[in-house]
Amino acid sequence: MNKLARQLLPFGSLILIICILSALRPDTFLTVDNFLNVLRRSSVNGIIAVGMTAVIISAGIDLSVGSMMALSGMVGAWVMIVVGGTNPEGTALVAGTLVGIMTGLACGCLNGVLITKLKLPPFIVTLGTMSSFRGISYVMNAGKPYNIPHYKYLNEGVVLGLPISVLIFAVIIILAGLVLKYTRLGRYTYAIGSNREAAFHAGVNVDAYLIRIYALTGLVVGIAAMITTSRAVSAQPTAGVTLELDIIAAVVIGGASLSGGRGTIIGTLIGTLLISFLRNGCTLLDISTNVQLIVIGAIIIAAVAVDQLARSRATAGGGGPNK
Amino acid sequence: MSDQAIALCMRGISKHFGPVRALSDVRFTVRPGTVHALVGENGAGKSTLMKILAGVYQPDSGSIEINGKPQKFSNPAQALTAGISMIYQELDLAEHLTVAENVFLGMEPPGRLPFTTNHKTMIVQTAELAQRLNFRINPTVAVEELATGDCQIVEILKALMRRASIIVMDEPTSSLSENEAVTLFNVVKALRNQGLSVIYISHRLEEIVGLADDVSVLRDGRMVHSETMAKLDIPTIVHHMVGRELTDFFPARTVGIGDTRVRINNLSSENGVQDISFTIREGEIVGMAGLVGAGRTQIARALFGIDRKTSGAIELDRCRLEIHSPTDAISNHIAYLTEDRKRTGLCLELPCSWNVTLPNLIAIGMRNIIRPGRESKIVSGIAERISIKWLGPQSPVDSLSGGNQQKVLIARWLLAESKFMIFDEPTRGIDVGAKKEVYGLLNELAEEGKAILFISSELPELFGIADRILVMRRGRLVGDVDPAETTQEDVMHLAAVETVS
Repeated sequence: MNKLARQLLPFGSLILIICILSALRPDTFLTVDNFLNVLRRSSVNGIIAVGMTAVIISAGIDLSVGSMMALSGMVGAWVMIVVGGTNPEGTALVAGTLVGIMTGLACGCLNGVLITKLKLPPFIVTLGTMSSFRGISYVMNAGKPYNIPHYKYLNEGVVLGLPISVLIFAVIIILAGLVLKYTRLGRYTYAIGSNREAAFHAGVNVDAYLIRIYALTGLVVGIAAMITTSRAVSAQPTAGVTLELDIIAAVVIGGASLSGGRGTIIGTLIGTLLISFLRNGCTLLDISTNVQLIVIGAIIIAAVAVDQLARSRATAGGGGPNK
Repeated sequence: MSDQAIALCMRGISKHFGPVRALSDVRFTVRPGTVHALVGENGAGKSTLMKILAGVYQPDSGSIEINGKPQKFSNPAQALTAGISMIYQELDLAEHLTVAENVFLGMEPPGRLPFTTNHKTMIVQTAELAQRLNFRINPTVAVEELATGDCQIVEILKALMRRASIIVMDEPTSSLSENEAVTLFNVVKALRNQGLSVIYISHRLEEIVGLADDVSVLRDGRMVHSETMAKLDIPTIVHHMVGRELTDFFPARTVGIGDTRVRINNLSSENGVQDISFTIREGEIVGMAGLVGAGRTQIARALFGIDRKTSGAIELDRCRLEIHSPTDAISNHIAYLTEDRKRTGLCLELPCSWNVTLPNLIAIGMRNIIRPGRESKIVSGIAERISIKWLGPQSPVDSLSGGNQQKVLIARWLLAESKFMIFDEPTRGIDVGAKKEVYGLLNELAEEGKAILFISSELPELFGIADRILVMRRGRLVGDVDPAETTQEDVMHLAAVETVS
């Protein structure tokens, strides 16, 4: 099995799921509304998964994205209320949105700085910040959400016939794909993940680039946080609990390697859609959310197992002697 | 050899990998109680033959007899039971376990309670075995605390505990210091005296001369020569290996040496380098000799901005350089080919072209946007110049042979157009043909006027290639000799012996 076939595997599964569901529920599944609905539901996870992909390619991990999303939303909403009163509108919403996104960026920066300057494993640092960010979100309004009744645009707005969240998702996917493939940042991300020592000896400023990778992840989490806030017309301190696991699952199903150096944005997109369509399909087929969890768990393991199998075949067959 | 007892006889062995013929009709016999050197260039089929012997691969045709008994191995466990033990280049020991625990791994004697092991027996028996062969090793020490040389002894003990009669050693000295290698040779001789057969694979022909009883040469998957060592010498072996005379193994240079380009004054580092001063002129190759741990790599690390300097200055073309990181060093046109290409050199799963351009993206005008088409073209140009064999610039580096991987790194620094190039053990673990090409490249670079610092543990290549040889001992520079007026023994003496003041 060659490289292309390996990449086609998750894509093939996605198509298969869509075909099966179309056959089983042609009138409810195979509609423009339902597809847009699935895309809209995917957008938050998908946006965050883009950042997580870069982090995982660099041989890192970010467990704090769920908490970071809650915190960014809370800070953004708090600013809206501080600026615009209890029922903020207009510029207050814009200001809050920007501050919320910047909060994500700052949180990501913090992760990156702690990882590189304290020389700690990303798992440990983000496990810590996962807890701390969540704690701050609760402390901010004594565990209660901030309600922003007029903050609807990011959820309900439509541009060019597409929901705005889906459009943002698409723009981020395309940008990230280009950055990973055509910029030094992208190239260095792969190099650091493949062999950090080698990258360092080749003059890559590893610390600076790792901070950038985590900061950019924070940035996209900030964006996702404001979409989530808009969807609920309130910022919830409980937003995104265990979200990090869903995100990591999507990235891994998309073919990224937790040991670094491997992964693509397109793979992550497919992984994200795969999970969303599964969820959607299960709902349409009246399969309970509890059973959905079982199915998704099995898919994660199966996807990685098949990928591993394909990989070991490829090296056993084509490697030749004297390796 | 036919009238004597035979420990191992492999007959008519052939093996294909897809369309590639790795071995064809190979006959390989080993006498009991001998050291049998198996030599050949990379890709000649040595590893494949040994993996067939170890049961890792199954031959397409052919037979294996051990002590006259026909054997058929379909997995490594069966070969192990038949008395075949492999000691690979990359040792596989459990680092956190002790010597004794490693020796008994998988065959621990049971303790008094169920599911326990008898540590005392393990330690005592390991100690006894080591004693019998005059190995000095403490069975209770964790393997991670041992030097590489001692790890190999653990592997040997492990093999002996499994009643091996034939031990295969693949490049055992490639990561050893001179002293450790001497110890290993004594160990190998001790094994032979115990009646074991040792199949010894090495690129270092000098060590084979003193060690092997018989030599077999593989070339392109065929056994081209098999003879007792007494009737052979190095030029003959090399001739059989490459199928042609390697004339001018160390090619001569035609361009003379110019003015001083690199001046190092009183360099000291936090990593043990003490007060080093030397110069390298335009077009000069300065060799650096010394035992492992003498501080040669540490000098390179200090110059390249990896280790912090505590004093000293570096001048290149009369400009004083401020270097605090590899990034600084590279932007000041210094190149450093590290000694461990897998650990500090290559991103193995990434494409060759990415590895070549990694430090050079800005230099080739791709600071902001990478253009893969142009990148491939640039890399292919360099690959052609130094004849790298690959499927294409997009193939991952780990699909290449060791020699070609090394060339990928050389290509990287060629592209960087460095002025001062540090090569740290550039020929380690690559075959004779590739070595010759590396020497040729070093010469070409010198002829272009670059200043080259060439660190090597192999004195013959230092004498063959360097214009001057600096000798290091314990972090200090103890000699600066002209290879034309000195001998390898003198350099060894300088490197190894404390002078009496």
